[in-house]
Amino acid sequence: MKFKAMTALAGALAMVTGGALADADDDTLTINEEIEIITKTDAPAYIDGLSELISGWHFRSDETQQLETDDFDNPGMLGVEAAMEVWETADGSEGKSCADCHESAEETMVGVRAVYPKWNDNAEAVWTLEMAINGCRTERMGAEAWKYDGDDITNMVALISSVSRGMPMSVAVDGPAQATWEEGKELYYTRTGQLDLSCANCHEDNYGNMIRADHLSQGHTNGFPTYRLKNAKLNSVHARFKGCVRDTRAETYAPGSPEFVALELYVASRGNGLSIEGPAVRN
Amino acid sequence: MKRAISAAIAASILAVAANAEAVAPSDVAYDEYGAVAASLSGQPGNAEEGATAFGSKSIGNCVSCHAVTALADVPFPGNVGPSLDGVADRWTEAEIRGIVANAKKTYDGTIMPAFYQVDGFTRPGKAYTGKAIAVEEIEPLLSAQQIEDLVAFLVTLKEE
Repeated sequence: MKFKAMTALAGALAMVTGGALADADDDTLTINEEIEIITKTDAPAYIDGLSELISGWHFRSDETQQLETDDFDNPGMLGVEAAMEVWETADGSEGKSCADCHESAEETMVGVRAVYPKWNDNAEAVWTLEMAINGCRTERMGAEAWKYDGDDITNMVALISSVSRGMPMSVAVDGPAQATWEEGKELYYTRTGQLDLSCANCHEDNYGNMIRADHLSQGHTNGFPTYRLKNAKLNSVHARFKGCVRDTRAETYAPGSPEFVALELYVASRGNGLSIEGPAVRN
Repeated sequence: MKRAISAAIAASILAVAANAEAVAPSDVAYDEYGAVAASLSGQPGNAEEGATAFGSKSIGNCVSCHAVTALADVPFPGNVGPSLDGVADRWTEAEIRGIVANAKKTYDGTIMPAFYQVDGFTRPGKAYTGKAIAVEEIEPLLSAQQIEDLVAFLVTLKEE
């Protein structure tokens, strides 16, 4: 009782004193003066803990937000450019490039990022985009698989993501993917590490609040791969998951592990309806 | 020189005495509301040390989530937890000690980490490395004396 009264009081104070600073802002995002980005929308019915989805873009400073509005200012686009070259370059024993089968990424890859992670019938498992790319490399190109969260693959995911910017995230949560989705949900709410924190503790219960100077977002994946000013590179979803879990003083899961694949599907589904922004720019 | 050595010896004897009386994390006596009556270290806390621990990232790092006007020189306090101004008007020393040691005994399900707990974790890691730690090697986030120092600081935060 005492606690509730105190929280209510603290909440009221926060609204009076720090509301404008702490809450997500009301700016709107258009990239290159043509791609309109849905950065706020209603939460899907299967997400209990959120009513409105808010892109992480809203929780960043005006200066950081600005960097995402023009591809010439967005450092993440350098990774996209690097991947465009790789797209055209043959690799592996079959002497094929991505372009040999998929032609122009700007045409054939439109919409792909929106539906991943996605059930793969042949593998009988949910696949992330990284797994699909490495599947192409090892099965069709006769090339080595890339390191799951290395620069090569993250750049390629950024390229594939960039051509779907503005389209709403729409991963499937039912059908054959449902068991994996449930597993991801379980992980989302599991408190780990010596700090005993779940994803939900920060990104569902406390988004909009500050941990020291860090503004907590809802933790969506629509902006990934994300260029972070903090480490000055493109970051993959699993690399970010790993950093978050590590910061709970926990033993992390590995990038590409079944646990992180499941978690990515679940977290992606929490953002269904937000526009794809990757490569986004964040702190 | 000689004096420094004897001072060091005296200090280590004091430290041994303090350790001997410290309550182990798993032996802390919480009452039914989560309060802890007795000093965890068997010694009184030092409020100045506690203020340092409160604001220091490498010690308590309480400021990550809690603001305190008395520490206005520590920049960017967080607001995940309530401001602790006047916390000593709202809670007794024993209640504050219980909340710092393991807040879940007071508020079931709270986000606040337990600072004097070594077991019951899921996938505990070795500090912030992301690697596993053997359960028997887990140390509490703060020592008994550091918690007493924090308690001594927090009980000074009165507004009435």
